[in-house]
Amino acid sequence: MTQTVLQAKNLVRDYHVGGGLLTKARTVHAVKGVSFSVEKGKTLAIVGESGCGKSTLARIITLIDPATSGDLLIDGNKVDIAHSALTPEMRRKVQIVFQNPYGSLNPRQKIGDVLGEPLKINTDIPAAERRDRAMAMLKKVGLAPEHYNRYPHMFSGGQRQRIAIARALMLNPSLLVLDEPVSALDLSVQAQVLNLLADLQDEFQLTYVFISHDLSVVRYIADDVMVMYFGEAVEYGSRDAVFSDPKHSYTRTLFAATPRADVESIKARLAKKKAA
Amino acid sequence: MSNETATLPVEAKARSGAFGEFWHYFSMNHGAVLGLIVFVLLVLVAIFAPLIAPHLPNEQYRDALLTPPMWHEGGKSTFILGTDAVGRDMLSRLIYGARYSLFIGLVVVVFSLTSGIILGVLAGYFRGWVDTLIMRVMDIILAFPSLLLALVLVAILGPGLFNAMLAIAVVLQPHFARLTRAAVMAEKNREYVISAKVAGAGHLRLMAVTILPNCLAPLIVQATLSFSNAILEAAALGFLGMGAQPPTPEWGTMLAAAREFILRAPWVVTYPGLAILITVLAINLIGDGLRDAFDPKLKRS
Amino acid sequence: MPLLQIKNLCVSFDTSVGAFMAVKGIDMSIEPREVLAIVGESGSGKSVSMLAVMGLLPKTATVTADRMAFNGVDLLGLTGEQRRKIIGRDIAMIFQEPMASLNPCFTVGFQIEEVLRVHMGMDRAQRRARAIELMQQVGIAEPAERLGSYPHQMSGGQCQRVMIAIAIACNPKLLIADEPTTALDVTIQKQILDLLMRLQAEHGMGLIMITHNMGVVAETADRVIVQYKGRKMEEADVLSLFESPKSNYTKALLSALPDNATGDRLPTISDFALDPEGATA
Repeated sequence: MTQTVLQAKNLVRDYHVGGGLLTKARTVHAVKGVSFSVEKGKTLAIVGESGCGKSTLARIITLIDPATSGDLLIDGNKVDIAHSALTPEMRRKVQIVFQNPYGSLNPRQKIGDVLGEPLKINTDIPAAERRDRAMAMLKKVGLAPEHYNRYPHMFSGGQRQRIAIARALMLNPSLLVLDEPVSALDLSVQAQVLNLLADLQDEFQLTYVFISHDLSVVRYIADDVMVMYFGEAVEYGSRDAVFSDPKHSYTRTLFAATPRADVESIKARLAKKKAA
Repeated sequence: MSNETATLPVEAKARSGAFGEFWHYFSMNHGAVLGLIVFVLLVLVAIFAPLIAPHLPNEQYRDALLTPPMWHEGGKSTFILGTDAVGRDMLSRLIYGARYSLFIGLVVVVFSLTSGIILGVLAGYFRGWVDTLIMRVMDIILAFPSLLLALVLVAILGPGLFNAMLAIAVVLQPHFARLTRAAVMAEKNREYVISAKVAGAGHLRLMAVTILPNCLAPLIVQATLSFSNAILEAAALGFLGMGAQPPTPEWGTMLAAAREFILRAPWVVTYPGLAILITVLAINLIGDGLRDAFDPKLKRS
Repeated sequence: MPLLQIKNLCVSFDTSVGAFMAVKGIDMSIEPREVLAIVGESGSGKSVSMLAVMGLLPKTATVTADRMAFNGVDLLGLTGEQRRKIIGRDIAMIFQEPMASLNPCFTVGFQIEEVLRVHMGMDRAQRRARAIELMQQVGIAEPAERLGSYPHQMSGGQCQRVMIAIAIACNPKLLIADEPTTALDVTIQKQILDLLMRLQAEHGMGLIMITHNMGVVAETADRVIVQYKGRKMEEADVLSLFESPKSNYTKALLSALPDNATGDRLPTISDFALDPEGATA
């Protein structure tokens, strides 16, 4: 049984810049007609360098900003936040985890309140049950119930990212947008968080849109890969197809630029250095 | 990443008690601690004024007009700081005056802080025409010399302590609005705010619950400094006869009443002036200390 | 004679909750023309130890070492004045955030020429010529025109190139690069690493590369020091480090690389028994 959770058709996002007294208004095309779809329980990785429009796309998918044109379907329902108000049901379906674990948690909110807030706003679950659910979620992401009453600054970057993931899962979303979730983390912590994401995906049949610039992480976690370059999707296909046979020259440049940490490459480099 | 290597573990430990850390940085500023002590004494004096003051503030001792302080020639031990032109005890009037000064500071700060925060949050959160409208009005208020504007307002509303406080609050309020707006604009695009938005929080919740608590640090500093400013301006209005009216023992009004005796009986001018100076200085020192304690840039070094 | 030799370096910071030891007795040395990589995660003290060498730590830091010698000169015995003559001329450093390392108020040309004026005492025409030459060396097109640009008019990669130009302006014997490519995109990272390696070979500099990225280590280093929580875990030449890591921490780091994933879960640090001083926290 396959079920398409997210489908995007020809998404476009333009920004209008300037238009002040002295400057002429310009239009910047941040996303230029991108289409893709993700099935339930799968991971789509969106790869690209800074300024390629991947974060803009993330904000559109997460229903934070509207698309200028194009259709966005979540669980088969068309969503258009530019023209109609977002219903709480749709709001619950998509959640996001940000890159910077230090900026994404409110410094004045206890962890318990961070986790309880989505339930408090969107449901009329009583306080006691909110608390129970938050406790259960803390355990699920590898933290302990005694963390419930602490403030974000008492946690390390990796733990904060676990909290951010827990908050995103409180509303039982069907789609989770992960905007560079491990880029700011140390290597060993990165491995733990990636494992956690994989465990949660198995358990809840979650669908991920994983935005990253790190190809080795993408190769590890993704089912499908989309490469973006200046607002366009230059390459889109299954992970194996993209990694084994990149079609677009930019994808090849990207692969060539990624530092390789295997013994053969080191040997080759040292040999070349000796020869020079 | 590398920049954090040194500070991260330190910070994690240091912040374990938010208040403890705050006090650590605050207490490193000796001036601020001194200011705090003076301020606390002042508050105690104001609260227990009826117990401390040797006389009633408005009781006139007709046989002891313009008595000098007790250590001067002709001074009496019953009037420690001497008496004024109608024979009222200076010390008692100063003690009761502390009540007025602190009350003025508090009311003005509460007025201007609340209205400033509301306007500033609205402007910073919604931007666009709301922002333009609010901030241009603030600019106009700021364009007037503050005392002059307060005078005009009092002239319209009529002299009196309450109207003077209202006028001062209006004059001080743009500073709060500006500060709040700047802080809200900086916080508004932080990821935790977007996260709250994605969790479904509405405008009101985002403004009041999510953003505002994170903007308070600079506002507390500004509130302290405005407290002293309010006392100063109220004294100035009182001196000009537009604030508290005689026989209220307000320090500025006392100064005004004593103007003509400045050469003959310097104490009637000196002590109210000194009281204003000490109070304002103490509060400003506290404000500086608060600024140091709240400013993360200073902590790092 | 080693270019830089450090023995038993300790750095501690005064904090509101007592002293914090960031570096706990590190030994290292680098030969001329060598590329040494210092690898570690945040909190490993890798940047702090190099900042200690440069004398760039804040006043709250206490630096002690049995020996800290550059080119045979004991750095600890020098006065501030003497030390500043060496730093910036014979030892140069570049940082992670190229945008933040350049002063936004001045043109890049002014900032390059300032170094030349202070350390080399060149006159105006010489400085100008040398600045253009440096811009060419670091691969900036139209160097003469770009000298008049302000940092905000350039991209992150270009700013890092300017930082490198400033660093090599006085032909340093040792260049310390603190996470020079962490803030940059992969394709730009490749260009900057290539540039650094080319300059290192051309000028015969010693290069200390501080990084957390194992890929960058593999692509640049001759020798590697692995640091963890202020201590040295392992020191080896690059090939043997990747081929047969000795310490458990290095093993853990290497296996946490997603490239090396074998199953559908990555091994994490806790899967490895670490040294008593190691990563159990």
